[in-house]
Formats: sequence, structure tokens, C-alpha cells
Amino acid sequence: MADDSSTDEWKRSITLVSERGSSRLVTDDLLDRLGHYGWPPDDIFAIHLAVEEALVNAVVHGNKLDPGKTVWVDYLVSATLMRIEIADQGEGFDPHNVPDCTLAERLDRPGGRGVMLMRSFMTRIEYNAKGNSVLLEKRRDPPAEG
Amino acid sequence: MATHRRIDVSKTGDVSVVQFTDQKILDEVTIQEFGNELFGLVEVDNRKVILLDFTGVEFLSSAALGKLITFDRKLKTAKGRVKLCGLVPGILEVFQVTKLNKVFDIRADRAEALSAF
Repeated sequence: MADDSSTDEWKRSITLVSERGSSRLVTDDLLDRLGHYGWPPDDIFAIHLAVEEALVNAVVHGNKLDPGKTVWVDYLVSATLMRIEIADQGEGFDPHNVPDCTLAERLDRPGGRGVMLMRSFMTRIEYNAKGNSVLLEKRRDPPAEG
Repeated sequence: MATHRRIDVSKTGDVSVVQFTDQKILDEVTIQEFGNELFGLVEVDNRKVILLDFTGVEFLSSAALGKLITFDRKLKTAKGRVKLCGLVPGILEVFQVTKLNKVFDIRADRAEALSAF
């Protein structure tokens, strides 16, 4: 049975098929929930961006669009916290080995910005040791005083 | 002239002004078409002076950024010029975080961008 605190937060687990467009099954609901809890548009944009990047990474780069592989997603939304864990069945990667896309010599490369955007827009981001599961967390900024 | 589903193109003086039909440039199919139509402006239509007006666009993923970078490279190869305008604060922050504001000339609105060509 859920405890009292669960009435102030939304939790959901969902399994995604590894196909293009499957991320919407998460993001549509997640954005609705963030709106329900009164998150400001800037934070909703940041969460949408980071979660979309992470889901595409899992489906396209992790599971390589293999229909036999799935992506597991668990998320929680409250008035002050969004936390999502996304795990794929791929080989994983070393997030510390992603080249810095902001270096002058790499600025004109078309790819490699997803992980950086997630880091920049989230409060916390952690990969498991294998690199095929990521946890994203966004804490809502307290309202500005007076 | 190439056909367009993701962009609308008009002409203001010498400048081809591009607007986007999607509020969210997000899913793979949209991004693929978005890229191909932008590339067609350079490779098929031979347009050289282009303003990308993002007014009405609320969301842009990193894959769409990749298409913009490739578009910019193609345009530079053709000795063309591009400016961007109408970015909402969130998308502007994406350009700043990735330092792509150093690659693209970003202006507040269409009037400012047109006068800067």
C-alpha cells in the first residue's frame, strides 16, 4: 500500500519497444505531470530536452533499434523533484570518454552534444558502471524572494 | 525548386527567410526531413543568403543541432551566409551551452537579423 507521501508524487514504470518515436510514451505523460505539479516552463523545457536525449540514446545508440531489446524507464515527479532512470540492453559506453564538443576544433562536428546537454540541464546525472543505465534528476529551483 | 513540408521559405530582398512548420523539431523523421529541406536550399535551390527564423519553435533536440551544423558547413562551402533569429530562451540556452552561438550569428528578431546581413 502506498504511504501518505505518495499522494504528493507520481511514480510510473514503463517498458519501451526499441523503435523510433517510442520516447513519446514517456515524455507526453512526464510533461503533463510536470505541468500538473506547477513546474515552470524553463524547467519543463530542460527536463524535456534531457529526457528526450537519454531515451533516444537508449533506443538508438544503446539498443540500436533492435526490436528484440527493450528500454526500462522508471520515473517520479513531485512539486520539487523529477527523477528518471532509463536502462537499455546495449553494450553501454564510458560517458567520461565523450569528446568535449565545445572545443574549437570540434564545434563544427554534427554529433556528440546529447550527454553534454543532459549534464548542463539536470541537477544530477549518473551512469551505472556499464554505461547502459542513466539516472537523471532535476530539483526545482525555489521561487525567488520578494 | 525543392518541395517543403518542414519549412516555409519567403524572400525579403536578397535574403531567403526560412520559417519552420513544427513547434517541436524532435522525432527522427521530422529531423531527417528538416535537414534534407535545409540542405536542398543550398544544394538544389542555390540560395546563398539565408535567415532561419525560429519564431514558433519551442523545442529542438541535439540531433536537430547536428543538421543545422551540417547545413552551415554546406552553406559555407557554397560561400553563403546564414543568420538565426527568434529563438526562445530555452533553445538559446542550448546554443550557449554547446557554444554554437560562436558558430551561428544569432539575432533577437527578424528585423534585426535582416538589417545585419
